[in-house]
Amino acid sequence: MSDNILLQMKNIHKRFPGVYALQGVDFKLRAGEIHALMGENGAGKSTLIKVLTGVYTKDEGEISIEGSPVAIHSPQAAQNVGISTVYQEITLCPNLSVAENMFIGRTAGLGQNWKKMNSDAEKILQSLDIPAKATQQLSSCSIAVQQMVAIARAVDMDCKVLILDEPTSSLDESEVAKLFKLMRDLKGRGVGIIFVTHFLDQVYEVCDRITVMRDGQLVGEYVIEDLPRVQLVSKMLGKEFNDMDDISGEYQTYERKADEKPVFEAKGLASESGIKPFDFHIDKGEVNGFTGLLGSGRSECVRAIFGADKVTGGSVKMNGKDVKIRKPLDAMRHGIAYLPEDRKVDGIVGDLSVRDNLILAAQVLKGFLKPFSKAEANKFADEYIKLLSIKTASADTPIKSLSGGNQQKVIVARWLLTHPEYLILDEPTRGIDVGTKTDIQKLVLKLASEGMSVTFISSELDEMLRTCSRLVVMRDLNVVGELTGQDMNQSKVMSTIAGGEKQNAESK
Amino acid sequence: MKKKLALLLVAGMTMASVIGCGSSAETTAPAADTAADTAADDAAADTAADDAAADTAADDAAADTAADDAAADTAASGELIKVGIINNDPNESGYRTANDADLKATFCEANGYDASFAYSLKNEEQINSAQQFIQDGVDYLLLSAADTSGWDSVLQDAQANGVRVILFDRTIDADPSLYEASIVSDMRAEGDKAVEWMKSQNLGEYNIIHIQGVMGSAAQIGRSDALTETAAAEGWNIVMEQTANWNAEEAQQIVQSVIDSGESFNVIYAENDNMAQGAVAALDSAGITHGVNGDVKIIGFDTNKFALEELLAGNWNYDGQCNPFQSSYIDDIIKTLESGGTISEKTIIMDEKGFDAETITQEDVDTYGI
Amino acid sequence: MQNQNKSGVSVFLGRLVRSQYFIPLTALLLLAVFNLIADPAFFKITVTTNSAGNRVLAGTPITILDYGSELAILAIGMTLVTAAAKGQDISVGAAVAIAGSFILRMLSGGNANAATLQMPIICAFLLGCIVAMLFGAFNGVLVAFFKIQPMIATLILYTAGRSIAAWFNNNELPIIKDASFSYIGGFIPGIPIPTPFFIMVICVVIITLVLKFTNLRLYAQAVGINENSARLNGLNPAAIKILSFVILGLCVAVVGLIKVSRVSSINYSVIAKDIEMDAILAVALGGNSLSGGKFNMATSIMGAYIIQFLTQTLYKYKVPSEALPAYKAVVVIVLVIMSAPTVREFFSSRMKKVKVKEVA
Repeated sequence: MSDNILLQMKNIHKRFPGVYALQGVDFKLRAGEIHALMGENGAGKSTLIKVLTGVYTKDEGEISIEGSPVAIHSPQAAQNVGISTVYQEITLCPNLSVAENMFIGRTAGLGQNWKKMNSDAEKILQSLDIPAKATQQLSSCSIAVQQMVAIARAVDMDCKVLILDEPTSSLDESEVAKLFKLMRDLKGRGVGIIFVTHFLDQVYEVCDRITVMRDGQLVGEYVIEDLPRVQLVSKMLGKEFNDMDDISGEYQTYERKADEKPVFEAKGLASESGIKPFDFHIDKGEVNGFTGLLGSGRSECVRAIFGADKVTGGSVKMNGKDVKIRKPLDAMRHGIAYLPEDRKVDGIVGDLSVRDNLILAAQVLKGFLKPFSKAEANKFADEYIKLLSIKTASADTPIKSLSGGNQQKVIVARWLLTHPEYLILDEPTRGIDVGTKTDIQKLVLKLASEGMSVTFISSELDEMLRTCSRLVVMRDLNVVGELTGQDMNQSKVMSTIAGGEKQNAESK
Repeated sequence: MKKKLALLLVAGMTMASVIGCGSSAETTAPAADTAADTAADDAAADTAADDAAADTAADDAAADTAADDAAADTAASGELIKVGIINNDPNESGYRTANDADLKATFCEANGYDASFAYSLKNEEQINSAQQFIQDGVDYLLLSAADTSGWDSVLQDAQANGVRVILFDRTIDADPSLYEASIVSDMRAEGDKAVEWMKSQNLGEYNIIHIQGVMGSAAQIGRSDALTETAAAEGWNIVMEQTANWNAEEAQQIVQSVIDSGESFNVIYAENDNMAQGAVAALDSAGITHGVNGDVKIIGFDTNKFALEELLAGNWNYDGQCNPFQSSYIDDIIKTLESGGTISEKTIIMDEKGFDAETITQEDVDTYGI
Repeated sequence: MQNQNKSGVSVFLGRLVRSQYFIPLTALLLLAVFNLIADPAFFKITVTTNSAGNRVLAGTPITILDYGSELAILAIGMTLVTAAAKGQDISVGAAVAIAGSFILRMLSGGNANAATLQMPIICAFLLGCIVAMLFGAFNGVLVAFFKIQPMIATLILYTAGRSIAAWFNNNELPIIKDASFSYIGGFIPGIPIPTPFFIMVICVVIITLVLKFTNLRLYAQAVGINENSARLNGLNPAAIKILSFVILGLCVAVVGLIKVSRVSSINYSVIAKDIEMDAILAVALGGNSLSGGKFNMATSIMGAYIIQFLTQTLYKYKVPSEALPAYKAVVVIVLVIMSAPTVREFFSSRMKKVKVKEVA
């Protein structure tokens, strides 16, 4: 690794109304290195990236590239000095073709040689091994491929600094491996890569250095070998953090009475999403989970339970009694709550305040003609903001201006407010910081110990092993196994997902 | 960004609607491009004077006579004359409703006609209907065109297929050899007649509120020009000149704004009856008298029944006719052509009356009200 | 102004610039100041006696209140439709014709020259409300179930509405001779303020109560901002969209009643023509996003009166007929630009600078 400084940010300050987002942050990036930028949500990572890419203008501080100061007032200016970004959320145009997306805004004049553009794009896609056609409409590609197209676009712009902001959160393992290969490749060519992620494994797999931020300030810059995981986490959280693996011991298991019927029980449940009919049950105070690869149908199962997709068959019992659940409101009335997988698309109501988002589900349950009084709504908001330590300027702040983890906490609070008997959490920890992840897992166990039934889905297997007492394993829209007790370990789950042993007759 | 786009959109829409206003088809009166050479008719006030043509136009008895003639024809030839009639939407205005009803009454089987009707306010749709009629092999194509242009090729087709074309109510920009005759109103003459009447009132001074129709429509141009030119020549004062787009409520607002401003006026020249009606509503709420014994003279157009009744009651002063009854003229032309005769005048300007509140009779109301 | 007050004022101004009331208030202020300088008589209110012998108030401000009220009532419904359905209803003018025509049909009993009312006005009005709400529901169903863009869906009624209106009365123009019918669009004997103003006040009070005592605001906003999320929270987005169109239908019926009462008759082809554009503009002037979501009812209503204020100003200065639309367009463009987020951001940062200077 050379010590040749490619990018230097010095004493960067940025204030927003009510928030001091960056307080004199320094950052250095060397040519040919992969540099992880770590921190909890709200630590200032995103703001720093946005300052660097010209989305925000800094209030104070200097940025220089290869020793010469640069002024970055717009994303275009950032591109011109060789800084390219791939964001967590796809920022391409879904209704244009792949090639158009790769070249949009980069042509010199008005003219455009469409043929050449398509063949150039095709070449790049092939060289990066991206399974997409240049002329294909972007929206017809999977999210993962769209992400890779975004990277291909950045790569092709001859960038010196490539910023990858949570690029892997929607990729599966083989895609991640491909991306890492690509990153190492670029590193070899002398590109400096800033890698923002929440996956610690990935940091240790691919990065050379780590810069840690907390509460808008720089904690420090470390060579990866010098910073073991535990220390990294404790630096991010700002406290000594010994063993986050053993959280399950902190809470007692709920003592189930012998004659208690399952809280929820489904037979042959199927929905129009295409999942094969499946059986499922959950007991009072139990935490279980659906696991499987991306697209295996784990989300579709819980959507069918909640009535989020149109149910096409099967019967459902709650506490031993037959019930009909056709739409979300039915499920809610029977005490089921569902935190959807895609927070942005299905969860938050962006322009509404934290308070309105928080009371929404409870309000709908209460009825159209019975709005909560202002005082009640404020009370709920204050109570849950405190309970889940949601970081927000006030209850009136639009939820969209909160960080991802805090948005997620608001949605969790929304459902807790309905006092559900059965809580479904689909990927509650995706794209949020380590601290909040642990908070949510602890919360799940606490709720279960108080008698709530929880179904917990996460793409991080160790999270599920830590929190769940039973795992339903899915493959290709089928339930292929159920693991409890001794079987609840990494290798057993992997082999079940991979198809070692088929337990469910319906899968044939 | 979204918000910005949306606002741009609204700006665009506003512009579009604004532009749309200027070009939208006139709603109350037919077009006429004939030169305004018809002399102002002294008989305007003399409503009792019988004018044979106009009488025939409106009189049911006349239509009956026509029916008898036609029935005789039918008996002789043994077959119906096939006509295809292309008109504007009858809901467009009271004028159009009366026009359509008149056509339907004349071109019926009892009168020896096999008539098909097609309605549209859009030129392309009308041209499609015309082609359909030509294919169906009609003998005559009667046409009130939405737009003046674009008719050449379809009329050439008609000629090639032996279909004879008669225009009514509106003329088109096509070679006169492509049609047999055109029967139209002369808006300028209607306006001139009304302005002559105003002159004949010998008011000491003229302070006029001029309420215009949709700008650019033939009726607006003809009726506005008549007033504007005479006012300039006679030194009349136009207190307010504004378009109310044929709309009663807009007219009401315009007159209200003049009242609010405190300017005095003694004549309201509204280019149709609806706008006159709105203007009168504004006067009423301000306690200003109008009509025969009132302070303000009210002039309207189109001889709607309600307007003639207001005249009869002395609430308004003058109403100009825009004759929607072309069917008897057309019937005459078809009879002439069928019997091998020729049409001497290609453009026939219909006779139109003006009614004065002091001389109008209940019979006029019943006969001419539409 | 004293120095110590100044920074307080600029803080207030800074907040104002960012608030949704900024555009409508500025527009009102500009129009008012312009008229005050050009001719203070614009604001003169006098007492006159109308032809029915009542003493009533007259003057431009009264005229603005009178005619602006129709638009304000429509703006209420349009704001809700915009919020929930993320689009606008362009069939409002045609629907006003339908409602007005139906009310006249009920009052005249099918006889165009009926001497007496064939039905109490309130009954005719209530039936008219039902008809207008049905047509509103029709639009709502097209938008909510068939997922047609609101502007396209309402194009159907926009095109066909006036013919339907004419059909109700067999294409005749009924005239209501009963004087009490004219009170609605005019003056009630003994009350010197135009009735439409009171009707508007009643509508505003009703919608305020509805927004206070139901969850209409929360539901409409949630559906307009994120339909997926709203559904997963147990809402029925289709029902809420239809409801917003039905409420607009109710507003339409009220305006239809006022319109036909003004001249005790109707002209199907031009009654309330292009009023939908003014209603949409009122919503936009109120600083509401036309792509749905959050809304502010009060600013929409202010927007409606601003449009009437503008119209009355243009009449007052006798803008030539040909130029009237152009003048209106220019004013609209200025107002719309003022409401653009970037422009407001600019003003807001200006205000801040002023403040900083003063503090220093």
